[in-house]
Amino acid sequence: MSLVRSVYLDHSATTPTDPRVVEAMLPYFTQYFGNPVSVHQFGQQAESAIETARERIAQILNCLPSEVIFTSGASESNNLALRGSLRPDDRRPVVTTRVEHHAVSRTAAEIGEVEWLPVDSWGRASLEDVKRTTSARLVSLMYANNEVGSIHDLASFAEAVHDMGAYFHTDAVQAGGQLPLDVKALGVDMLSLSAHKFYGPKGVGLLYVRKGLELHAVQTGGSHERGLRPGTHNTPLIVGMALALELATAEYESRAKHLMARRDELIRGVLSRIPDVRLTGHPVERLPSHASFVIDGVESNTLLMHLDMHGVAASSGSACKTGNPEPSDVLLAMGYTPTEALTGLRLTVGLSTTQADIDYAVDVLVRTVEKVRKVRDSMVIA
Amino acid sequence: MSHSKPRVVVAMSGGVDSSVAAALLVEQGYEVIGMMMRLWSEETAIGNTHNRCCTPDQMNDARRIADKLGIPFYVLDTKEVFRSTIVQFFIEQHRQGVTPNPCIECNRQIRFSFLQQNALALDADYLATGHYARVSRDADGRYLLRKGLDDHKDQSYVLSVLGQAQLAHALFPVGEYAKPEVRKIAERFGLPTASKKDSQDLCFIGDNNYRRFLADHAPDVMRPGPMIRSDGTEVGQHNGLVNFTVGQRKGLGLHSIEPLYVIGINAEQNAVIVGTAEELGRSSLTAKRVNWVAGNPPGPSFRAEVKIRYKAVAVPASIEILSDTRIHINFDAPLRDITPGQGAVIYAGDTVLGGGIIERE
Repeated sequence: MSLVRSVYLDHSATTPTDPRVVEAMLPYFTQYFGNPVSVHQFGQQAESAIETARERIAQILNCLPSEVIFTSGASESNNLALRGSLRPDDRRPVVTTRVEHHAVSRTAAEIGEVEWLPVDSWGRASLEDVKRTTSARLVSLMYANNEVGSIHDLASFAEAVHDMGAYFHTDAVQAGGQLPLDVKALGVDMLSLSAHKFYGPKGVGLLYVRKGLELHAVQTGGSHERGLRPGTHNTPLIVGMALALELATAEYESRAKHLMARRDELIRGVLSRIPDVRLTGHPVERLPSHASFVIDGVESNTLLMHLDMHGVAASSGSACKTGNPEPSDVLLAMGYTPTEALTGLRLTVGLSTTQADIDYAVDVLVRTVEKVRKVRDSMVIA
Repeated sequence: MSHSKPRVVVAMSGGVDSSVAAALLVEQGYEVIGMMMRLWSEETAIGNTHNRCCTPDQMNDARRIADKLGIPFYVLDTKEVFRSTIVQFFIEQHRQGVTPNPCIECNRQIRFSFLQQNALALDADYLATGHYARVSRDADGRYLLRKGLDDHKDQSYVLSVLGQAQLAHALFPVGEYAKPEVRKIAERFGLPTASKKDSQDLCFIGDNNYRRFLADHAPDVMRPGPMIRSDGTEVGQHNGLVNFTVGQRKGLGLHSIEPLYVIGINAEQNAVIVGTAEELGRSSLTAKRVNWVAGNPPGPSFRAEVKIRYKAVAVPASIEILSDTRIHINFDAPLRDITPGQGAVIYAGDTVLGGGIIERE
């Protein structure tokens, strides 16, 4: 392919692994390869690496090391949080929203009764609606939305959730590396993270579980992770996750500044140069990396293909590789029509995104939207 | 955007012909993009069936082939435009007692409209398909649509709706080969489709049972009605127009000394018209929605060969222009199965001059 330029604007899908993280992981594939549960020195070296990682992460989350459970990623963390806290004698519903990631919404729907909270036009639940809920065993609200970037002020919900005797869980996948993760300040009982969203490796994540919260395992096996997550630890990935989170925390301010500058330039360019396009999600209280839109008359499934041909990697909540797009659940819940909910576009900037990348991407988007609209207009259905 | 090599979008189905088309274009030095159309399929009580042209398996096949060839691959959502143009048209035509050719309509309204427009919008210079046909240019620079080299596989009939604008941006790489050669080429490229069976038409009917499909979607074509002779005499009953097509002899349930055939359908009266072999034979037809590949007919009246079905033999005839979109065709010898809704495609040797859709009498 003779692409002129390649611009990756899909950092909410995944990020490249930081070379410093890769470097730190390498010895644990070959040199310190032991099984951390083994008695011998090989095992002890690996165990040391894992427990050190746990301590470093706990410091960032402002929790005890024993409150951090390593998993394969946030889908597993969310499943463990929702399923693992389910008790056969407790028939109270899970309270959540339809804008959650499927790892939360589908899991909740599968395991029992769900009370779906409405969301506003930015995709956020309201404290009033949570307060109106009389009974819940668990309230799960995502920290930041993956499709539209809106941020929930979790701390403002915590008291109301606990007042009704429910646990408070948050899927913090998109927030990881971009927003404060102090679980005490957030007031949550459980929090899910995934390393590959903050320049760590894929296939590893964690669930913070507040001490005293009774959780049971959802798979059976050994006694790893206090029996809550049986399965041999993936030492290199856990080491990588800890370093990636540390780097994100240490570089928090410079990263946020960089991301927001690129994001705002992108939003400004799109809104000023493309007619009939709207920003989705909250205009200010949104992820530093996240820009999202609905573009009138331009189905994202087609748009993404055209953008890709010009080297711009983007995504949407409705497009799929099999050409069978469904209107985005998130946009529908926010009040968009089914037709509009097929036109969502998500552009998420990253640490390596330059101003020139943004200029190029906006130029391509302007031309592509015009072309796709022209094709649509030329299709007079006989 | 500037690109040095000509860019071509190949419509890939996961089948051998379109896969070989893609492979040949890569070999010929084009910048190739694979694209599959996600077409409409029925939603039934047991869930969504799959359009037989784009099942998950075929999509995976096409994706793997694209990967093998090192080309990007996308699936284009074509469901709604396909449903509203092709499927609705198919149902409506059957309601009117007409047997349409969905492949002709698909080439007219989907492949060389929606898909080609999308390809050109991707800055492609061409849309390529796996059809057995050829494009060349005459001395004046006009594009000619010609039969595929393999006479058994020739698909120029269903492409007779193309004009200069479409042909200027169309490539049919396998049209230069015979089917067995195409299979060999597939093997040479190590394409996993080398031994796959040919696909069939009516892709949107999951079980390939079009009577069942019409019974579900156009129940009125299942109403019983009279079976009549051409003079109006009722000779029996039929169990729904959908069960009958021009030229049909079996299943009429008539006891007659001379063999009787379906010679026509009268949808207004819900009647099947039957008659003798002599009545079945007709030596002329009128066609509408006529397309001329060159943009114009060769003259107000001319001699040519005409195919009245995809698998029919081209036979000599005189063509007379009635208007910009209608023609009258007189065959040198009567034909038995002139069927309203099918294409009447006009050839001069191996070149397609144009074609139209056979009208009801």
